[in-house]
Amino acid sequence: MSDHSFSRRHLLGGAAALSLGALPFGRARAAGPLTVGFIYVGPKDDYGYNQAHAQGAAALKAIPGVQVVEEENVRETTDVQKTMESMINLDGATLVFPTSFGYFDPHVLIEAKKNPKVQFRHCGGLWTEANPKNAGSYFGYIAQGQYLNGIVAAHASKAKRLGFVAAKPIPQVLNNINGFLLGARSVDPSITVQVIFTGEWSLAVKEAEATNALINGGADVITCHVDSPKVVVETAARRGAFVCGYHADQSALAKDQYLTGAEWNWASIYKGFVADMQAGKAPPNFLRGGLPDGFVKMSPYGPAVSEEARRQADAVKAEMMKGGFAIIKGPLKDNKGNVIAGAGTALAENASELEKTNYLVEGVKGSA
Amino acid sequence: MSLDIVSLDIVQMVLVTVLTAATPLILAGIGELVVERSGVLNLGVEGMMVLGAAAGFAVATQTGSTGLGALGGAGAGLLLAALFGVLTVGLAANQVASGLALTILGLGLSGLVGAGYVGMKRDPAPHLHLPGLTDLPGIGRLLFGHDAFVYAALLLVVGVWWFLWRTRAGLILRAVGDDHTATHALGLKVRKVRFLAVLFGGACAGLAGAYLSLAYTPFWAPAMTAGRGWIALALVVFASWQPLRVAAGALLFGGATVLQLHAQAAGLGLPGQLLSALPYLATILALVLLSLGRRRGGSLAPAALGRVFAPSR
Repeated sequence: MSDHSFSRRHLLGGAAALSLGALPFGRARAAGPLTVGFIYVGPKDDYGYNQAHAQGAAALKAIPGVQVVEEENVRETTDVQKTMESMINLDGATLVFPTSFGYFDPHVLIEAKKNPKVQFRHCGGLWTEANPKNAGSYFGYIAQGQYLNGIVAAHASKAKRLGFVAAKPIPQVLNNINGFLLGARSVDPSITVQVIFTGEWSLAVKEAEATNALINGGADVITCHVDSPKVVVETAARRGAFVCGYHADQSALAKDQYLTGAEWNWASIYKGFVADMQAGKAPPNFLRGGLPDGFVKMSPYGPAVSEEARRQADAVKAEMMKGGFAIIKGPLKDNKGNVIAGAGTALAENASELEKTNYLVEGVKGSA
Repeated sequence: MSLDIVSLDIVQMVLVTVLTAATPLILAGIGELVVERSGVLNLGVEGMMVLGAAAGFAVATQTGSTGLGALGGAGAGLLLAALFGVLTVGLAANQVASGLALTILGLGLSGLVGAGYVGMKRDPAPHLHLPGLTDLPGIGRLLFGHDAFVYAALLLVVGVWWFLWRTRAGLILRAVGDDHTATHALGLKVRKVRFLAVLFGGACAGLAGAYLSLAYTPFWAPAMTAGRGWIALALVVFASWQPLRVAAGALLFGGATVLQLHAQAAGLGLPGQLLSALPYLATILALVLLSLGRRRGGSLAPAALGRVFAPSR
């Protein structure tokens, strides 16, 4: 009997000692490495949007004292709130990157209010002073890349009809379509862009159908703004159309049909944010940048790009590298005939109006 | 004259895309038609289809053969259907609940099977090319330029029609679907017929999925069927359980899907979201019209559809 009670007391004591020992250990761990959470709306290896972010995340893994936790295929619903909470509460993440557009309002805003000590930085959203101070947004002026795509596409097109497979009519997508058209029109003012919205960021089968529909409609250069351009690029190349890439370099998928592409370079932004966190300060709440800042880059030209096209695109690119390049320049109308910019008006890439674009410019066939 | 040929070729290309868009619906729909004709309602088409897409792509990548991939896709659909058959035909479980569970299971399993294959590239299934015939202007590509899946789907429609209305086995299958008690009393093997029908439906749905991942896109993406299984289910009702009407309906829905994209490309000025909803609105409209017709003329459905059969001993 006494033996039994002794052993139990012994056991309890041991357990208490263990848990006491665990407490300071836990604290020490929390103060040590910085845990960064990445949330993707699709798979990490989609040759597109999510892959571009995952490459940025991979660049952080090499930094000492940084731990990266990732979750793929998280829907733009309350699912993402649960994912953020589990990253914060279970993995101890103090910097979270929910990377898809639809995560921001309301999901990131709700979680930012709930977890004031955690920093949330969202890709593509429009953070304002009224939003929580521990939230923020970053994005790149990739419409510049689509403008350059447009220049190259215009030189390659014989039909003078270009095609654009778009996901959802949100400002960033509309800016890209407008950029593509205006780039092309800077070469030939008679060019048109036909656009198809699929309604979702990733709908492989529908994107293939949309690409076919554009080519059936006479378009001979195709580009897109969907999460995984793979299917658009491959389908267009198989049908013999030229392709301008998006998000990442897809030249391997289209070979000689690939002209050039607008790519992200997130690693520089993410490294900067992590350096801020490690220095004990909050990363910027609102960060934007384009070609000059290294946020956006272009794929190398494909073999089908003519000398003349290279010269013109390189000249405009050099202009963009100086900063302040205006894609939207008056006088300009939208495709319903409304004036969106009067003569003398020019919206530089950082103009706040471009974060609220809700029109397609004249020359784009389709409706937002 | 040359302008005429150009516009004729455009019409042909549109028709080609309509037919290819309809093919997965024909395959899955004709399979489900046989299942429902035997009196079983399998709501798991979407699940079997998406698993077929994942498994088909996985097998084709591993073996390097599109044909084996198609078999693998059909086999995966068949296995999932076998599970459904054991539950509903063997153990007399509720068909609606089991079918819905099958869809969820299929979506989950397909994610697991396909996880290692996301982003992989494959050449599409080879297309028929008959020198002279395929190059005929206007109709060559439409008649002689498809891959094997498309021709298999069309042959299947004719085959199923012939089986259901011209063979004794087909007559038995329809009889089982109309009155399982009477056919059982006649000594016919109700559960065997239904189980085989369920397996056939699963293989067809799996093949439809494999078509998407091996010929249509051609690569694997999670949940790539995106509701086509449900449209195939609605098609069977829409077609009032007639094989040839399933094919016609599939062409109509395939056409609606593709033409709404062409309408957007042509710049009709309607919002893309509304156009995207058109095929589904058409589905609802078709079902409403059908149920109105039924109120007047009595049900066209197999009389024992969805009813559980447990033989008395």
